[in-house]
Amino acid sequence: MAELNQDSGGGKKGGKIRSKKAGGRVDLTAMVDLAFLLITFFMLTTSINKPNAMDVALPDKNEENPEDRLEVADTRTMTLLLGSNNKIEWYLGEYSSPIEGPEVVDYGKDGIRSVLLQKLKEIPQRAGGDLIVVIRPSDRSTHRNLVDILDEMNIVQAPIYMIGTISEAEIEVLERDGLYNE
Amino acid sequence: MPKVKVKRASTSIDMTAMCDVSFLLLTFFILTATARAPEPLPVDTPASVTQVKVPDTDLGLITVGGDGKVFFGVKDRHVRARMLELMSEKYAMPFTEQERGRFSLMETFGVPMGNLKQLIALDATAQTQPGLQPGIPVDSTDALSNELFHWIYSARVATKELHDVEMRVSIKGDADEKYPEIKKVMDVLQSQKVNKFSLITSLKNTVE
Repeated sequence: MAELNQDSGGGKKGGKIRSKKAGGRVDLTAMVDLAFLLITFFMLTTSINKPNAMDVALPDKNEENPEDRLEVADTRTMTLLLGSNNKIEWYLGEYSSPIEGPEVVDYGKDGIRSVLLQKLKEIPQRAGGDLIVVIRPSDRSTHRNLVDILDEMNIVQAPIYMIGTISEAEIEVLERDGLYNE
Repeated sequence: MPKVKVKRASTSIDMTAMCDVSFLLLTFFILTATARAPEPLPVDTPASVTQVKVPDTDLGLITVGGDGKVFFGVKDRHVRARMLELMSEKYAMPFTEQERGRFSLMETFGVPMGNLKQLIALDATAQTQPGLQPGIPVDSTDALSNELFHWIYSARVATKELHDVEMRVSIKGDADEKYPEIKKVMDVLQSQKVNKFSLITSLKNTVE
């Protein structure tokens, strides 16, 4: 099987009859099969094994002059408080007098994503500027929650978002709504 | 009149060349595949839809898992050796040439500076035993008690010296780790003005 043409043709010139040797050729088909199988395996494992990296940029701490801070319009600021039990509480505007909310939602497509998409459309028309999302993870939220919400930001392509520190008053809100459990 | 026999070429193909090529490729892929080193702190990373891969070079990897245990590792072994030199100067703790060589083979580690010698003395399988290493001490200062701060700093200095590039930092956190533990590590990074880093995630295979 492992040869293209049995007749090599060169025998007529010399006139000598060569006896054909048996053997000397091995069927390599199975070996090639095996080799390609292994190649496929190694090709796939080398690329799949690599984990993904999600880039995060935190604002500079600016310890030298804490007065130098940018004031942002609270009419287009949406704050997401990450509580326990995989829930988010969001509100629009300033904490003491929220324009909308606070409201408790879940993660994922039917929860926070639909709210975000709606606000991303609404706010530029109403407040004249892009929506600013502030993510404030509480001490009871997990790393998975943080990654999920950052992932959600990538999915809805939020133009401005940041990770902030939660305040005492906001923790109280979470406690009131039962989202601050161990 | 003799019958003319049509000579039929055999349908089989010579496989030798193909076999050669395939084994060449196979060798290539086996050699390039990096063997996964056993991790002393196994973590289950959260999933995301990000498609960006982790860079292979000049990367410092901070692993957080198991109720706030922090481990640190650098990819390049020359950087690791230089990092240990810098740390031994800082903590006035001399290491022998042999110890430095053994340390540069450790992918990640998580012991306080005082126990590092003991860890280096163990053999490779004992080093990666889960639960053996207690984690690197972290606090919110930049004094010598905040060892993670100095490890990261030394690694950055070493990377800059050897490769002349800024080291990139990644945090690999366990999905069920509480936020304050991650925040602690982020604060350490921020205190040395590393405001850009990446979180390591696994691929979410179902797009919601």
